[in-house]
Amino acid sequence: MSQPLQAPHKPPFWTIARRDAAAGYVFIAPQLIGIITFVLVPLGLVFWYSLHEWNVLASSFNFVGAANYQMLLADPNLSQVLLASAIFSAGLVVLNMTLALLLAVLLDQKLRGIVVFRTLFFSPVVVSLVAWTIVWSFLLQNNGGINGLLSMLGIEGPNWLRTPTTAMISVIVVQVFKNVGLNMILFLAALQGVPKELYEAARVDGAGAFKQFRRITLPLISPTILLTSIITIVGSLQVFAQIAVLTQGGPGMTTTVLVYYLYQQAFQFHFFGYGSTLSILLFVIVAVLTFVQWQLRKRVVFYEN
Amino acid sequence: MNKHLLKATVASAGIILGLGASTAWAQDAVNLRMTIWSANEAHLAMFNEIAEGFKATHPNVSVSFEPLPFDSYTTTLTTQIAGGNPPDLAWILETTAADFVNSGALAPLTDAFNGMDGYDLADVSEQATALWTKDGQLYAYPFSTSPFAIFANNDVLKAAGAKTPAELIAAGEWTWDNAFAAAATVGQSGKTGLVVRDFKYQVWQNLASIWNGWGATPWSEDGKTCTFTEPAMVDALTAIHTAIFTDKAMPGPGEDIDFFAGETGMTITQISRASLLPKENPFDWDLVPLPAGPAGEYAVVGQAGVGVFAKSANKDVAVEFLGYMTNAENSKKLAQFFPPARASLLNAETLASTNPLLSAEQIENVVIAGISNGTVLPGHTNFAQIQQTIRAGLDALWVPDADVASVLENVCSSVNPLLAR
Repeated sequence: MSQPLQAPHKPPFWTIARRDAAAGYVFIAPQLIGIITFVLVPLGLVFWYSLHEWNVLASSFNFVGAANYQMLLADPNLSQVLLASAIFSAGLVVLNMTLALLLAVLLDQKLRGIVVFRTLFFSPVVVSLVAWTIVWSFLLQNNGGINGLLSMLGIEGPNWLRTPTTAMISVIVVQVFKNVGLNMILFLAALQGVPKELYEAARVDGAGAFKQFRRITLPLISPTILLTSIITIVGSLQVFAQIAVLTQGGPGMTTTVLVYYLYQQAFQFHFFGYGSTLSILLFVIVAVLTFVQWQLRKRVVFYEN
Repeated sequence: MNKHLLKATVASAGIILGLGASTAWAQDAVNLRMTIWSANEAHLAMFNEIAEGFKATHPNVSVSFEPLPFDSYTTTLTTQIAGGNPPDLAWILETTAADFVNSGALAPLTDAFNGMDGYDLADVSEQATALWTKDGQLYAYPFSTSPFAIFANNDVLKAAGAKTPAELIAAGEWTWDNAFAAAATVGQSGKTGLVVRDFKYQVWQNLASIWNGWGATPWSEDGKTCTFTEPAMVDALTAIHTAIFTDKAMPGPGEDIDFFAGETGMTITQISRASLLPKENPFDWDLVPLPAGPAGEYAVVGQAGVGVFAKSANKDVAVEFLGYMTNAENSKKLAQFFPPARASLLNAETLASTNPLLSAEQIENVVIAGISNGTVLPGHTNFAQIQQTIRAGLDALWVPDADVASVLENVCSSVNPLLAR
């Protein structure tokens, strides 16, 4: 007896897997559209502009190929700008991270009113950056508040924002005081996550405070140190308002960091093509530094082994 | 015809006609945008009054004035242009005049103005329009020509035992040597002697109000060569350096001092700053011309022009509005805040009615003489980059032990390639 013919089984199109995938795409769509519109498209446009000579006033937009990149290599100011950026970033990262960790350790104590101190140290983070910087510009001027205080102690203070060395130090310190609270809070959260029994065990074994800090605290908060170091370095390369308000890149070009220089080229000198090329350089520097730090995590971050 | 159908037809026709009419009006309506750097309410009220006057003959045209912060004025303006949102008209500062005029960004005005009834362009002096003219065509109207002068606080000067400018003028001794000496007397008494307003050791071009007295200029007449190393400039900047660091006649870098607060002997600024003189607790002030330098008497003016963007969709209407705004009648209105470049308005009678704070003598000696004889502040194509390069070079001069000549050598070596372009 022959078997009756059966129509081949056609799997349904709208499976659970497909439905979940569609839901996933719907959920990420708003963020994806935002990233494409406000990050990837501008990034692509900046690269496109960097291949052009764009005279805004004359409304000319001419393709010049790699000419802007050749100009970058021949720019006599670039080495000084990169040096200023490196000094600023190094000074900021070292000072900010050290101070933030120190404050976090101090504020991790169980003392009366400690929450007030934490709030005090964190409060500059929520102050408007420009307002903060303007106040500091008054404090740091030659006849300003800082030198007034110093003169009460019989010390003649330097002209902070007009001397090459002190101008850079001033900009770094103003930035550190502004943002140290953020890193401090991150370190504080990490410190509070370290199991207390490890310290007890270490004390039983006879370890002193410094040894406990080096052998227990530092390794266990190392992921936070990595995170804060990446955030701080990237942030330091994007400093702009402080330079614009405090020094305008001077004296000479000693505080002209890369972002300020590209702002000058694009928006003050109207060389939008060359300004875009400098933005690409900044993007490459940030990407390389972040990649290197990310790779270093295997050596310096406790959990990554 | 069915009554209901008739009503519906009439109503529909009314709606369609109405829509059509409003579309036509919308097409005719022109909204002009003009950027300005002053947010002063009195200035805005005057501009709006002029715009209302234009509406009388152009009912479909409205003009909005958009104040931008002075410090970032040109940067914001060029960003608007780069972003595809340029205004129709813009107030342009003298330092960037060459960039705007030479780039072709602005619409030509001469033929349009000459074609307007009663618009006497010849009334505007050639000297005033020089900066805004290219190949015989005017590209922006110099609506404000404001002379630099010295405001003096006689109370502060007398208290310090210094001679006032009026006394020095009366004695025929109003020279930079004596002006610096008076300022030094005040400076050494603990107050501030002389402030070059807005200079702040950044806006060095404002020092032209001093170095022009030595006959110094920052670059050659053709703009191609740096002349900071010329003896006149070295002498002028040496005098300024001595006044700052040796004689304490001028505040040093990093000292922010406002003359109009009343604790300073003298300030160099434009006469339009008279509005800042304190009304409560006024001091005994005077307004005098700049002192004579080794090269003799001189005057310096700051200028602002208004131009129409060539790519404006409303270019022709904007040119027409600019013609109306700057005709003889409206120039008189503008004169109460912005000293005019029209010869017909440069008289004590007109200027006294629009500048009630100033005496007839001040108007004659400072305003009229300044506008008639003044040299405009230095400007150059690609001025922003040149300004910045020279600013960076001059920073080495603003320290007590600077070697003036060698600093100026460095200034020239860094700026010469930019000038030669």
